[in-house]
Amino acid sequence: MKLNFLTAHELKNLLDSGRNTPTDILNDVKIRYEETESKVRAFARTPFFDQVKIRQDADGPLAQIPVAIKDNICSKGDLTECSSRILKGFRAPYDATVVEKLKNSGAIIFGKTNMDEFAFGSSCETSCFYPTRNPWDLDCVPGGSSGGSAAAVAADEVIMSLGSDTGGSIRQPASLCGVVGLKPTYGRVSRYGLIAFASSLDQIGPFTKDIRDNALLLKVIAGYDERDSTSVPMPVPDYLKILGKDVKGMRVALPKEYFVEGMDLEVRASLEEAKARLESLGAIFKEVSLPHTEYAVAVYYIIATAEASSNLARFDGVQYGFRAQSGNDNDSKGLISMYKESRGQGFGAEAKRRIILGTYVLSSGYYDAYYSRALKVRTLVKQDFDKVFSDFDVILTPTSPTPAFKIGEKMDDPLSMYLSDIYTISVNLAGLPAISLPCGFTKKGLPLGMQIIGKPFGEEDIYRLAFQYEQNTPWHKEKPKL
Amino acid sequence: MEYEPVIGLEVHVQLNTATKAFCGCANVFGVRENTNICPVCLGLPGALPVLNALVLKSAVKVALAFNCSIRDYIKFDRKNYFYPDLPKNFQISQFDKPLSERGFLDIENNGIKKRVGITRVHMEEDAGKLIHSESEPFSYVDYNRAGTPLLEIVSEPELFSPEEAYAYLTDLKMILRYLDVSDCDMEKGSLRCDANISLKPKGEKKLGVKTELKNMNSFKAVKAGLSFEIRRQTECLEGGEKIVQETRLWDEKKEQTFSMRSKEEAHDYRYFPEPDLPPFSFAQKEIEEIRASLPELPQARLKRFMDSFGFLEKEASVLISDKDLADFFEACLKVLPLHKKIANWLIGPISAELNNRNVSICALGLTSERLVRLISLVENGTVSNLVAKDVLFQMLETSKDPDVIISEKNLSQVSDTDELKKMIEEVVAANKKSVDDYLAGKENALMYLVGQVMRLSQGKANPKMLRDLIAARLKQ
Amino acid sequence: MAISKEDVRYIANLARIGLSESEIEHFQKQLEGIFEYIDQLKKLDVSAIMPAAHVLDIKNVTRPDIVKSSLDPKLVMDSAPAKQGQFFKVPKVIEG
Repeated sequence: MKLNFLTAHELKNLLDSGRNTPTDILNDVKIRYEETESKVRAFARTPFFDQVKIRQDADGPLAQIPVAIKDNICSKGDLTECSSRILKGFRAPYDATVVEKLKNSGAIIFGKTNMDEFAFGSSCETSCFYPTRNPWDLDCVPGGSSGGSAAAVAADEVIMSLGSDTGGSIRQPASLCGVVGLKPTYGRVSRYGLIAFASSLDQIGPFTKDIRDNALLLKVIAGYDERDSTSVPMPVPDYLKILGKDVKGMRVALPKEYFVEGMDLEVRASLEEAKARLESLGAIFKEVSLPHTEYAVAVYYIIATAEASSNLARFDGVQYGFRAQSGNDNDSKGLISMYKESRGQGFGAEAKRRIILGTYVLSSGYYDAYYSRALKVRTLVKQDFDKVFSDFDVILTPTSPTPAFKIGEKMDDPLSMYLSDIYTISVNLAGLPAISLPCGFTKKGLPLGMQIIGKPFGEEDIYRLAFQYEQNTPWHKEKPKL
Repeated sequence: MEYEPVIGLEVHVQLNTATKAFCGCANVFGVRENTNICPVCLGLPGALPVLNALVLKSAVKVALAFNCSIRDYIKFDRKNYFYPDLPKNFQISQFDKPLSERGFLDIENNGIKKRVGITRVHMEEDAGKLIHSESEPFSYVDYNRAGTPLLEIVSEPELFSPEEAYAYLTDLKMILRYLDVSDCDMEKGSLRCDANISLKPKGEKKLGVKTELKNMNSFKAVKAGLSFEIRRQTECLEGGEKIVQETRLWDEKKEQTFSMRSKEEAHDYRYFPEPDLPPFSFAQKEIEEIRASLPELPQARLKRFMDSFGFLEKEASVLISDKDLADFFEACLKVLPLHKKIANWLIGPISAELNNRNVSICALGLTSERLVRLISLVENGTVSNLVAKDVLFQMLETSKDPDVIISEKNLSQVSDTDELKKMIEEVVAANKKSVDDYLAGKENALMYLVGQVMRLSQGKANPKMLRDLIAARLKQ
Repeated sequence: MAISKEDVRYIANLARIGLSESEIEHFQKQLEGIFEYIDQLKKLDVSAIMPAAHVLDIKNVTRPDIVKSSLDPKLVMDSAPAKQGQFFKVPKVIEG
């Protein structure tokens, strides 16, 4: 079998046993890239083939493993453009903390993956480069915004990858592409060097082919960072240690608001099967209520766009990135025109829409009605979870209301696109950890995913349940035909 | 109709921490453009702020010194507006939950004491600098200053004349210097002041429409700008015009204020809580610890100087007006317990010299040891007071010890009786008339003769001995 | 909530985004739909609820006042859209 189809922990064994060399891995990954990238288009630009060097001395937990990172994570000297025209040509002059950690772990930073522009989207279609396609059906979206990171792993173009998740941007594409994606607890992974979308919601997290790799990668990137005031000074557990533990007696909550009339029947069926499987392994299920669920999307689109409108104000053509040509003319119409033209031409439609929405809800006269109210409802959403977690270890839900949808299907209907994050958004509002892992396929052969939500810093509970489920189901072994 | 001005001042002061407010870049002035920068203060994508602990502590000190109460829940907010000197196009500032509120400052103007309310003291970051081209339609941006820690100190509109505003600023600066949190140098921009001013008919309670004055680069300019604005607004009102609420810039050369005339859109700063910075709060104990660590403030020192040394308020005021001067005084006092003598030197010739050179005592090149030595030399009769003043100036010029100067220039007082007698004989011989006048009862003649001997000795004759010896010689 | 094209223009100006007439029209309709959706929050009584600006219960995060090395200006200036010496160059503010 080609090495690119394996996981990091499998490759480590091969390297340790001396059966394969790091060059073998890179070669297979490169060949796969050449074969499939033109179909999937998971990368934002050609990976760093020329620069990638085998680091003979590397001996960390991810030694010699090619890892791709989302185009919104800064790596020193590399283009980091957030799949946006306005960041055209921007080379980050520094490494994000997660990139430093990856390098220290011996990993090879392989390339930057495509994404929705500034992570605004659930389909990877708002990229200024091109849409990424779902490896399971090239007419479908891979999900978003970390669609490139999910598709690259699903297509075995890379062994593992990093994405970012603000409202579901890791879990939803993981679900649509049939891979494992985790959004860690807010504060677990440093955001330093992640180009912010919504600072109070963003987290970087791992995409992998299985749970063991996921735990491995999280352990590498997690931890306190003195450069991020919102990172939490708590020791990082050895997530791998929890993986063998059975799930007998684990208390799993099923929120009734997530299983409603009219939901996708195949999604519902896959969750019911998963429940039965886990019950047979000893987990205890009970229905609970998260009563403010219906407000989560509204709260999210107020808070996330408000923060984004401010975070993205810096993209103005002054220091870096795109500046409208007229801004350099001697007969220039002045500074304000330069701003407006650079931003008007540099941002795509979805970015403009969100910046305007976010500016609106913060503007004089609307702050109390929208932004301030949204922060209060956020409290209610969080309290719902606190209440459930006083009696339960984890919550099980679908990840996405539907399997992958067709490219172009929702592009003209922002609201319906926003609602594709309906199951993932509350988790970001409450700062909780949650994973999406494969739980079946539709009749048409599209992957389905389920979400396990944990308590704050409850990643171990999540991995414990997810690993037992994975080891007792065949889904993660399936590969798309490309 | 007679109008009364109502003035409120907004002071921005740069803190003298080693690093900037939210990053580890050095907090320095005067380096090459865009060298003192990092991803955080440049607002590069992905960079995050972390508050400098000393900024928070200095801010609390200032708030306590101005008698403010520290809030239980302190947060930062983003103030959003576009300008090229603002790298992120928002400023990290404080809006509705600032560090501290409701303080006061006691000032004195023309001998009248008054308490002025302080609305709030809050923390924020400074912007970079914009240089406008004279010849081209471009401006140039330098971000070295971006992220420098600032405190904003806002007064209540409780100042009723330019002179009161001046006194407020002087006292405010004095306290900041005592706290050693800023060098308060307006020329370097480390202290900046904007003023709000409106007029109302005398006796009326309701405030009039205000203008905001900017671009005043000294306390004198603040006073002049306010005085101009009072005249301008008075003329407007008397001519039946309405005052326009606007920002006006003080033009130092023309000595006038001018409207900025920008088509300023109504400010809509879209403040919201800074999500990258968790909130702050202090336990009462921590606040008390900081309070206890505050240095003695000017008012307390004034009182102590008056009580312990019997100085007049006028004398003590000069000594305490500059913390360095007062510290210098106390340093001298430790070596030589002659408070009156030391004070006379400091209030007299040394203060005059400080004013001439417009420097602080630290920059004068005088150590307390040398001043004490000089005073001791007067006390033990080595030099006269008169010569000592000369020696002081030479000390400042040459940075030499007073003993060295005295011996090099042979300035020691002549206290040798024989030598003095020789000179007296010479003078008596040449001034027969004065001798006769004295003998005829004219006491003044004696002083004249003393003066002549003094001249002959180039000021070095011991005046007391000289007087006694001449009197004895004439009575012979 | 009703949103006029004038509202969109005002907000786009605040956000310094140049929009074409057709974009304004398009956004006005879409935003109206989005606001209709988020207006459902008004159903809730939140008068007694504390806002959650931060989801974590952490506070008092500071760093010591210790100087760290600055960035090599070349790394930044090399990708500047316009520069003059080591200054970033921008069009002047034109008033009015």
